[in-house]
Amino acid sequence: MVSTTTEKTTPPATTKRRRRRTVRRLSRRDKLVMALLLGVPLLLDLAFVWFPALATVLLSFTKWTGVGGIHLKACSAASSLPGIPQPGCINGVQNYNQAFTNYPDFWPAVRHNAIWLLVFIVFATPLGMLFAVLIDRGIRGSRVYQSLLFLPVMLSLALIGIIWELIYSPNYGLINTIIGRNGNNNLIDWLGDPHLNLWAVLVEASWRQAGYVMVLYLAGLKAVDPSLREAALMDGANAWQTFWRVVFPTLRPINVVIVVITVIESLRAFDLVYITSKGNPLRGLELLSVSVTQNIVGETQRIGFGSTLGVVLLVISLVPITIFLYNAFRREER
Amino acid sequence: MPDLSGSTDSLPHVSRRTALKVLGGAAGLAAAPGVLAACSSSKTKSSSQTQSATTGGSITFGSNYSDAAPKAAFAALCQSATAKTGTKIAINTTDHNTFQNNISNYLQGTPDDLATWFAGYRMQFFAAQNLLTPLDDVWAKIGANFNDAARNLSKGLDGHYYFVPLYNYPWVVFYNKSVFASKGYTVPTTWDAFVSLAKQMQKDGMVPLAFADKDGWPALGTFDIINMRVNGYDYHIKLMKHEIPWTDKGVTAVFNQWAEILPYAQKGATGRIWQDAAKALENKQAGMMFQGSNQVAANYAAANLADLDFFVYPVINEQFGTDFMDAPTDGFMLPKKAKNPSPAKGVLEAIGTAEAESTYLKTDQWDVGLANGLVAPSYNAIQKKAVAEIGKCKSVAQFMDRDTVPDMATAMIKLIQGFIDDPSSSSISSIQKSAEDQAKTIFS
Repeated sequence: MVSTTTEKTTPPATTKRRRRRTVRRLSRRDKLVMALLLGVPLLLDLAFVWFPALATVLLSFTKWTGVGGIHLKACSAASSLPGIPQPGCINGVQNYNQAFTNYPDFWPAVRHNAIWLLVFIVFATPLGMLFAVLIDRGIRGSRVYQSLLFLPVMLSLALIGIIWELIYSPNYGLINTIIGRNGNNNLIDWLGDPHLNLWAVLVEASWRQAGYVMVLYLAGLKAVDPSLREAALMDGANAWQTFWRVVFPTLRPINVVIVVITVIESLRAFDLVYITSKGNPLRGLELLSVSVTQNIVGETQRIGFGSTLGVVLLVISLVPITIFLYNAFRREER
Repeated sequence: MPDLSGSTDSLPHVSRRTALKVLGGAAGLAAAPGVLAACSSSKTKSSSQTQSATTGGSITFGSNYSDAAPKAAFAALCQSATAKTGTKIAINTTDHNTFQNNISNYLQGTPDDLATWFAGYRMQFFAAQNLLTPLDDVWAKIGANFNDAARNLSKGLDGHYYFVPLYNYPWVVFYNKSVFASKGYTVPTTWDAFVSLAKQMQKDGMVPLAFADKDGWPALGTFDIINMRVNGYDYHIKLMKHEIPWTDKGVTAVFNQWAEILPYAQKGATGRIWQDAAKALENKQAGMMFQGSNQVAANYAAANLADLDFFVYPVINEQFGTDFMDAPTDGFMLPKKAKNPSPAKGVLEAIGTAEAESTYLKTDQWDVGLANGLVAPSYNAIQKKAVAEIGKCKSVAQFMDRDTVPDMATAMIKLIQGFIDDPSSSSISSIQKSAEDQAKTIFS
């Protein structure tokens, strides 16, 4: 973010002379204000973004339960008693080795995060866009639909998790009761079956995501100049062509925002799974974010190992963020 | 013990006094914990250890008794302690799960003067990390009120006391008396009788065993009891401390035994919360349910409670009979960082009595007190039977998540859920391998 500020404030090179003069004309008070306005956000940024991020990376090379300090010696050299955690020590890349080879949740978690992203991109987000387009066409009762579809967005994810738990509950849940599959021999275990539960939770997540995307997209659609549509109509374009050839391209900024939101929402997917499985991720519901929490929060904390998983998540997140920032800056430069 | 003297020599900062104290207190303990004791107590000669109990003053009490019924019972307990000692008690109640998840930070930050906690390894784990105050002087006064089992549960690995118990509850097989009477079932005492009863129930259109494991921990209880029936208590404790590998054939035997009864358990267990399983038993859709009385009896409507009865898990291996069970114990600890340890110890002395336990149990229809021979006037039939059955046990285990490192229990929750979904022998061997792999990193 620091680089963004400089890019924005640096005026074109041709005005170098004028800029110098401007700088010289700054009074001490101006400088103070400037230092304050730049310094405070910078400090906050350092304290709340960079410091925790760096600390996480450093911690990922240690073994630490959060009790006592971290000693700067290797774990293999530190004293150890079976069953009682070692005092904080340096574990090298052991944590990473463990995550990739031994930790049973790791690869399922990566896979589930990827499935989550795919479902959002292929299903939930397009569905939200479809809702937005339909409502924008002014079908009858569009306001009612709008409110109904937006309702899940206003509920917290924790609440959504609980609502759907009642719907999915094996013996007393809504779905199994309605379809008559709540007997002992024919019941469908929506949230417990490891082949089924990720999809069940994705329905919950999509229920909310579609509403969220719909609102964003609707705002974009309302801002489209009606004369563009009129022009397209005059040229004999049908509704399909009008949308894809005229409206969709003019919505490029909104589209970018929606892509970014979709990626972020899938990477930070956490709440629903956490609520559904009450802290201990059920089989089939492993996610990287849940694994991080499970290791760091709890009765015994494996802060070093949890940080390792956090770093892995950070590295994965950096990919879409980098692509997004790269595109954003390239456009600005043009 | 010879190992101990050798090891203490190599530790530079062990005073003679501590070493003697350890030798005195660690009778019957293995060498390794003794060394640990020497390490920790040498550092812990803080004022709190030497301060003895006083009366008056005021303390704060951190509580995880967040549900309405135990919260009220706990308030009554504190009131009686205040009446006895003159110490004012301010209760800070935190949600049960939140309290447990934050315990590590809580004990290191600014803890209350007393806190609710669990006996056994779960307490020893924090005591060994020097986060709790030894309570030997409190136990000098209340020791006569408890039997050896309760005493051992309250001791840290170093042989010092760190805990004052309040109540425990048995893990047994619950059933409805009316169902057994109307169908002519008899209580099974052997494994074969248990399995054939389950078969009969299935024939009669009932779910033989109500079962739920979405919460993760309930199935650990089934593993524990089959393990103790098949391999005995010592094996259980050794396995929990990873002195026996998880790939051992004893563990395979437990899973194989379990696989025999699993087809009769309620299907879809990994998606069901235990309350729904208890409801199936209460509605008589299910014939039996193996879980703690603290859950099943507590979940029953008062009107149906009279119909509820239980029997101990049937014999599998004649060698061990029904000598053991899980009876988790809850109680109190004094954090090292407590600000008012002296009045807090006074309160613990008041709580560690049969009288105080009876006060707590007045409104509690499922737990039983730990004080010697306590039969509180408020006990119902279930509680009276629980006291008797726990008393018959040669050893009482806590529970897998209280007898081993919490990380290991978490790993087992996941693996046992995998077993419930697929109890085939190939699945069992991969579960055992994964358990052992994880145990190696957790216990290293």
